[in-house]
Amino acid sequence: MEDDSGAPPPYSPLPEFSEKGPRVSATTSDQVIRRSSGATGDLVFAWLCKGAGLLVLLLLGGIILTLFLGGLPAFRHFGLHFLVSTDWNPVEGRESYGAAVAVAGTILSSLLAILLAVPLAFGIAFFLTELAPQWLRRPVGIAIELLAAVPSIIFGMWGLFVLVPFVQQKIQFAFGEELAAIPLIGFLFESSNYAGTSIFAAALVIAIMIIPFIAATMRDVFEQVPAVFKESAYGLGATRWEVVRSVVLPYTRTSVVGGIMLGLGRALGETMAVTFVIGNANRMAGSIFDATTTIASVVAMEFPESLAGSLKQSSLFALGFILFVISFIVLAISRWLLRSRLKA
Amino acid sequence: MSTTTIAFTRTAAEHATARAMSRRRRLIDHTVRLFCIGATLVGLFFLASILFTLLVKGLPRLDLLTFTREFQPTTYGDPDAPAGGLLHAILGTLVQSGMGILIGTPIGILVGTYLSEYARGSALGNAVRFVSDVLLSAPSVLVGLFVYQLLVLPAGGFSAIAGSVALAILVIPVVVRTTEDMLQLLPNTLREAVIGLGAPKWKMITLIAYRAALSGIVTGVLLAFARIAGETAPLLLTSFGNNIVSWNLGNAMGSLPIAIYQQANSGFPDLIALAWTGALIVTLGVLAINISARLFLARRK
Amino acid sequence: MSMTETNPASGFGGVQARSEAAVSQQARVSVRNLDFYYAAGLPKALKGINFDLPERQVTGMIGPSGCGKSTLLRVLNRMFSLYPGQRAEGEVLMDGHNILDPKLDVNELRSRIGMVFQKPTPFPMTIWENIAFGIRLHEKLNKADMAARIEWALTRAAIWGEVKDRLHTSAMGLSGGQQQRLCIARTIAVRPEVILLDEPTSALDPISTLKIEELIDELKRDFTIAIVTHNMQQAARCADQVAFFYLGELIEVAPAAQLFTAPKHPRTQDYITGRFG
Repeated sequence: MEDDSGAPPPYSPLPEFSEKGPRVSATTSDQVIRRSSGATGDLVFAWLCKGAGLLVLLLLGGIILTLFLGGLPAFRHFGLHFLVSTDWNPVEGRESYGAAVAVAGTILSSLLAILLAVPLAFGIAFFLTELAPQWLRRPVGIAIELLAAVPSIIFGMWGLFVLVPFVQQKIQFAFGEELAAIPLIGFLFESSNYAGTSIFAAALVIAIMIIPFIAATMRDVFEQVPAVFKESAYGLGATRWEVVRSVVLPYTRTSVVGGIMLGLGRALGETMAVTFVIGNANRMAGSIFDATTTIASVVAMEFPESLAGSLKQSSLFALGFILFVISFIVLAISRWLLRSRLKA
Repeated sequence: MSTTTIAFTRTAAEHATARAMSRRRRLIDHTVRLFCIGATLVGLFFLASILFTLLVKGLPRLDLLTFTREFQPTTYGDPDAPAGGLLHAILGTLVQSGMGILIGTPIGILVGTYLSEYARGSALGNAVRFVSDVLLSAPSVLVGLFVYQLLVLPAGGFSAIAGSVALAILVIPVVVRTTEDMLQLLPNTLREAVIGLGAPKWKMITLIAYRAALSGIVTGVLLAFARIAGETAPLLLTSFGNNIVSWNLGNAMGSLPIAIYQQANSGFPDLIALAWTGALIVTLGVLAINISARLFLARRK
Repeated sequence: MSMTETNPASGFGGVQARSEAAVSQQARVSVRNLDFYYAAGLPKALKGINFDLPERQVTGMIGPSGCGKSTLLRVLNRMFSLYPGQRAEGEVLMDGHNILDPKLDVNELRSRIGMVFQKPTPFPMTIWENIAFGIRLHEKLNKADMAARIEWALTRAAIWGEVKDRLHTSAMGLSGGQQQRLCIARTIAVRPEVILLDEPTSALDPISTLKIEELIDELKRDFTIAIVTHNMQQAARCADQVAFFYLGELIEVAPAAQLFTAPKHPRTQDYITGRFG
């Protein structure tokens, strides 16, 4: 994820070298052959590399195009209404599909996940850069990174088996009424869904999945703050927390936000884990304990059973297109904010 | 320069204020520290809890049958019926992930080479790097949709080829990232030394630079394998799943994540137990690859 | 580093060195039998150091790289405590308290013993916020008092005139020399009793260096100062007392004029005449 900006001085590319190589007294026929093979080889290899690079661009273009074309019949059929409609009715003759519930579910669950993940990720990064003894940093850092390697579907099963009952019994049953009684925001906790599978459970699982990404970015940028800046704050009598809050965070603000956006980008597209725990109901969530759905989850659940060329399949493509646009924007912002990560 | 009337030394009262403030500040500092330690423990607890749950639920069916048998319908209510296994899924995952790596790795290495050796600072290079990094984190389920439209629909059905291509698309950005990073670590003097011998650039890259960056590139490939071995959503839309061992790349093929997904949602206790065993196998495999990739890189450094 | 290195032997004939400096006997900080380890198992980085920082005087600390002079500075304000494994043994006394006492409030200690670093370290905030940052840690001032204190600190650091119209702009926009004086202002704004300067001019041009040196001369009226420097002329120009370190040992400490003109120890002689280091 490094950027070229702070990297070592650019290695001046080929032209002078590819010419220089063969120029070594090309007198014998042997050398003449070597020259031509070198030059042709260079040309072929350079184009192979460039071609592969273009293929990556083509991939992105291809994904956008196929998703759009696949969704076009739905966009044509429903028009802009598709974006605001909360319908999801596959009954033949009364078919009607809308993106609103899934889009709202995607955005709300991701934002809630970010809200839960950022403080924990910051705590981990702070611990790993400032508090932990040296010998502990690597093993703990690796353990946290391993959390990111656990496949999504495993989080889903674990979430359903461990987290959902916890949310249901230890949070919703235990505190639901008290929470619902809080003035002004109480409605956020008031739900008739007592299954435990809910947008809150989804957000919790997503949060655990994105913590490693945010924490790793924060740790990396915290480590790049030169020690002398931290020491001059310590030199004024600041505590560790004051140094991090007043010096480290201001220094790394852009990259920290970039890391959070990276987490958000991943949260938006989380599929299998969410499918297991969100309840998959095409209902707007009015409370964090309500079941709802997300774009990725609807696509994974319904696409395999949709008929090729059907309006439903096209609606799913249209949903996919919307998800791609949203996560592309978020990831692009993240990339842009992290571009200067190596500049100290 | 006007001299103001500020005393250079603090009065006793000022010292007392500073001490009182210091006590409060240290209290806040300690609270934050406790929170951070707590956050780290919570993070580690999640990992431990996942592993613990997998072991408890997955170990009972971690037997020979699981590795030697294909899917069988539930034995629920019929104890004499043969118990099923995950052979079809394990083989399917190995085949599709292996092909994904085979297709994705060369492309990823070439792109990484392009970014590091040919396109530093060029607009096209920056665009490729940007797109590759976005694809690295893009929702994998959408890659499934893309390949469905590209391969499944024209071919008229789900296929292992389509699954492999979807996985290959997920491999590329991972390999691009590590290849570029590793090549950039090489000193320019190494490149110049090779070029100085009269070697053409492509030989310098393929014979020397790749060898010098090998450990990093291998690490990248291992990490990519670990990532795609657990992918579920894109396969659901491309190779779909199959209940028997299939070697036909043109047909639907099973895979561990899909088998886990389907059996976990079957509602039958015996199938759910097998799903947990599959989950245990996938997770241990993925974590083992991850750890060995790190160890491999650390030792080569 | 930006200072032009002339032959150290020339220019010391008592020209700049303070012959008048009668080193006061009243010590502000006393170092007694100090040993320092960077990590368990490594050899001592400081061996049995004994010396005093006299009240309201400038103590110059010189010696070749790695001789321990910067290490000693980092012991005096317990900066080393930030790094697990680093350990100091012995005593560093200030007002009769041993500042190496683990129970000591290091934050308060650091507000009494301020430090300025080799490279200017402005925080990524406005000039005003840079100065206010340290003050707010230890004092609760109302807006008028805060403004007065900031003006006072910036004036004492001889930078008020240059920044008074841009107090609320980013400190990163200042030149290197201005940034370093800002850092000095930030340090004295907290009103420490001792100021530690760790090669404060090594990253600056000669004119900025001169300004800082004049500033040090002015500041010693009110503060006890210790300055680590690679530049012997600087030590001769600024310091009342000079301490020469070599391989973790304090070889010689004496009034500046005496150390540069009539060193007692042959190794000091070798160093100041440029035979090594």
